[in-house]
Amino acid sequence: MPVKILTEHINVPGINTFEVYRKMGGYTAVEKALKTMTPDEIVEEVKKSGVRGRGGAGFPMGMKWSFLAKPEGVPRYLVCNADESEPGTFKDHYLMKNNPHLLIEGMIVSSFALGANKSFIYVRGELMYVIHILEKAIAEAKAAGLLGKNILGSGYDLELVVQPGGGAYICGEETALLESLEGKRGNPRNKPPFPAVKGLYQCPTVVNNVESIANTPWIVNNGGEAYAALGVGRSTGTKLISVSGHVNKPGVYEIPLGITVEDFIYADEWCGGIRPGHHLKAVVAGGSSVPILPANLILTLANGDKRLMTYESLSDGGFATGTMLGSGGFIVMDETTCIVRNTLTFARFYHHESCGQCSPCREGTGWMDKVLDRIEHGKGNMRDIDLLVDVAKKIEGNTICPLGDAAAWPVSAAIRHFRHEFEWHVTHPLEATKPGAVYRGEMELV
Amino acid sequence: METTAPQLFKITFDGIEIEVPPGTTIMQAARKIAEADSTKMHLAPPAMCYYEPLKGSGGKCRACLVKVTAGSAKDPRPMPKLVPSCITAVQDGMIVENTTNEAVVETRKGIVEFLLLNHPLDCPVCDQAGECHLQDFAFEHGRVQTRYEEERRTFDKQDIGPYVQLHMTRCILCYRCVFTADQITNKRVHGVMNRGDHAEISTYIEKAIDNDFSGNVIDVCPVGALTDKTYRFKNRVWFTKPVEAHCDCEKCSGNVTLWYRGDEVIRVTARKNEWGEVKEFICNTCRFERKKTSDWTIEGPTKVARYSVIMANKYRADLKKPDFGLKVAASQYKQIDDSRPFVTDNEAIRELSKENNAKANQRSLAEKN
Amino acid sequence: MTETTNTVAFTPERLAKAQEIIARYPDGKQKSALLPLLHLAQEQYGWVSPEVMDYVASLLSILPIEVYEVASFYTMFHLDPVGTHVIEYCRTGPCCLMGGEDAYGYLKSKLGINTGETTPDGKFTLKEVECLAACGWGPVFQIREKYYMNLTNEKIDEIIDELSKD
Repeated sequence: MPVKILTEHINVPGINTFEVYRKMGGYTAVEKALKTMTPDEIVEEVKKSGVRGRGGAGFPMGMKWSFLAKPEGVPRYLVCNADESEPGTFKDHYLMKNNPHLLIEGMIVSSFALGANKSFIYVRGELMYVIHILEKAIAEAKAAGLLGKNILGSGYDLELVVQPGGGAYICGEETALLESLEGKRGNPRNKPPFPAVKGLYQCPTVVNNVESIANTPWIVNNGGEAYAALGVGRSTGTKLISVSGHVNKPGVYEIPLGITVEDFIYADEWCGGIRPGHHLKAVVAGGSSVPILPANLILTLANGDKRLMTYESLSDGGFATGTMLGSGGFIVMDETTCIVRNTLTFARFYHHESCGQCSPCREGTGWMDKVLDRIEHGKGNMRDIDLLVDVAKKIEGNTICPLGDAAAWPVSAAIRHFRHEFEWHVTHPLEATKPGAVYRGEMELV
Repeated sequence: METTAPQLFKITFDGIEIEVPPGTTIMQAARKIAEADSTKMHLAPPAMCYYEPLKGSGGKCRACLVKVTAGSAKDPRPMPKLVPSCITAVQDGMIVENTTNEAVVETRKGIVEFLLLNHPLDCPVCDQAGECHLQDFAFEHGRVQTRYEEERRTFDKQDIGPYVQLHMTRCILCYRCVFTADQITNKRVHGVMNRGDHAEISTYIEKAIDNDFSGNVIDVCPVGALTDKTYRFKNRVWFTKPVEAHCDCEKCSGNVTLWYRGDEVIRVTARKNEWGEVKEFICNTCRFERKKTSDWTIEGPTKVARYSVIMANKYRADLKKPDFGLKVAASQYKQIDDSRPFVTDNEAIRELSKENNAKANQRSLAEKN
Repeated sequence: MTETTNTVAFTPERLAKAQEIIARYPDGKQKSALLPLLHLAQEQYGWVSPEVMDYVASLLSILPIEVYEVASFYTMFHLDPVGTHVIEYCRTGPCCLMGGEDAYGYLKSKLGINTGETTPDGKFTLKEVECLAACGWGPVFQIREKYYMNLTNEKIDEIIDELSKD
């Protein structure tokens, strides 16, 4: 059995309570960190672990921590990004509702490492029931002396605040999240300055994803080298993958980074294969914003090797033949899926979620949505397809925050790999607009 | 006591070298080049949201994106993405390309197209026509045709008090009016509601914007979204003559521009610099209630900046090489000849255009050879 | 226009909770409490009216416009009156793959209303929302804090019939 860092005890009954969590070895990292380690030593272990940000960008967490400015007399903040809302991604939701204490423990050791005395967990507002679970866990930890003043007699104080969002995907972007946490509209900030220098309340701040922080207790307990020994190359450790779509067993899986995509889709241990009687058509491997890949490209690299579930292997071939691991939102589609329709739902999503602050994203996302809607409803023309590619190009890289890229990539990738389906919608509007109609022409299924 | 000269950063902008103090933005450096030499006015990146007098403005419209081909002397790597010149600080040894970079020019075309997608293009009836930054931006940087065939987003007109009309459909969400209300009034009652392409400037529950300086939102608005109700539909800006004047005002500096049609003051605005930015904000009394020449001490004709068609037909302009220069315009002010007859005869216009076509053909032939 | 009297106020328990929330931010940063307070207000009134927003502004000593701007940015806040049960169904890609469109079609026909509408008896309001982070358990809708997952026509019948009782 592969090592499970985050989900080993997730099915233990009562793991969401302090007693059971403690009994299963929980909070030992807090003891070890606060009693035997200095903050810098923890940062060093996290650096050694090579763990990369699990929210989507994949930036090395230890390096992010080491950028934190430490001016005298200014508070520093740790903010946990639990605003999970990238379509296809629901791992943090799963982790927090089932094992809230793991996140709390991670928040304590991480806050200690960064020298933060007040830390926030920003949870998307829709998950109010998870907020209640976290608040209960915090109260339990506080009652046990693991939060509050002078934790375990170490002299270290920490207060944890769970903050609800209000329904806005954009608040998953770290500076929009900070704006929201300050009680404002979730408009991303221009960078620089980065949060490490001017973040929450203009103070140095680290923003980390739930899964990233949940890794830290294990790293403290077992050392960064042990963590780095798991996985392949620069993809160290394990990764939670949220699986949705046409597989036999959708759900959240903790995988060792480095298994093959093929194994992940077809092995009984993971997705258990495509639902009976159907074939794999395409996969969106890292949440809706990453490029969609057709079956043959998601399973194999251009050189014929099998593609692996790692940051590097998934992005092998660039956007021409590759994609990204992103947040690990693994959306599987069989041959019943209309790529145009699916792309439209993504475009509609980003149109809906654009904050409206910068012009390429505000106007461009709506434009792509409307053109795609026309094509899907049999009112498109061939010119529209190239227009979409060009609009996506005009948005990409030109916006304040990555939402512009996130909106552009799915559209350009869908056209890159499935142009014939778009053309079919244009040339066969009557057929294409019948309920459940799907292009059945030439395509490779697996 | 010895004083060391402040260290200056040397940057190269479109091939022109300039030294500026640390903390200067690329935009400010470019404007400095233009201010020193009026033939280089067009090198300064366009600004649709950035507004120097307003703290925190800029970074939103993306009109001023430029290419940094070398970050600094210390780290000469190019910046991977185009950067907003209005909020990006220069580094020593930085090399920036604006009009000389194809990607920048191409991206800017895209920005024009985006900003015009939902714009009503009702310029013929818009009070801002002729001094509209969006009009200039589209003319100078856009492509001729839009590719947008979808329905345009529209909003109802909103009355926000006795003096100011909000025509949200024209708004490009630059946020300048919000910054203005935050920074020069003590109680902001309008802001940005909703989000995405449905975001709108609004008071939410209809309320008048009621304070002594509310009229300044009209001056900062780059388009015709916020207009002066006392001036609305009264005139076209190119028929008016701007004159600098002042009065002894208890609320503001009293330094204004009066806009004359014949002997009548039909509009009062704050004075603006060559970038269309207000020099000193003025109060509502000056703006809306002092519309008689006798209310004012006249200083003389306004130097006209590039962002105005009031230059058209009044100043001699060199058509081959557009000269946006403020200084040139000012020196030629005396040459205004309002009595010059308009060409109204169709035959004459046809003749003129034939002549122009022939000249253009000759020119392009010459270029080919 | 007659002047409306401002009778909006939190219940004593909610006021205590609100004060507890306000106190958890650093000094001078009480505006951070805005989203939690709007949630609290919506919990009490079902929606956030301009009067409610003005009240929240007064609790935080901020301008009413700051509250309007924020409340209208976030989609969870109902700025118009809604039915007793607001059903918010996820319309994003993964839920569609899991059969969302059929399930929501059934839901609409069962309630006899379309997205954005409220049943004539005022019991149900239907709203379309984007991804609820439950993609593997789709199709999904949410009623207040509760998630209803893996929806089928039978499940929808059960849920609606149960909620129609009270």
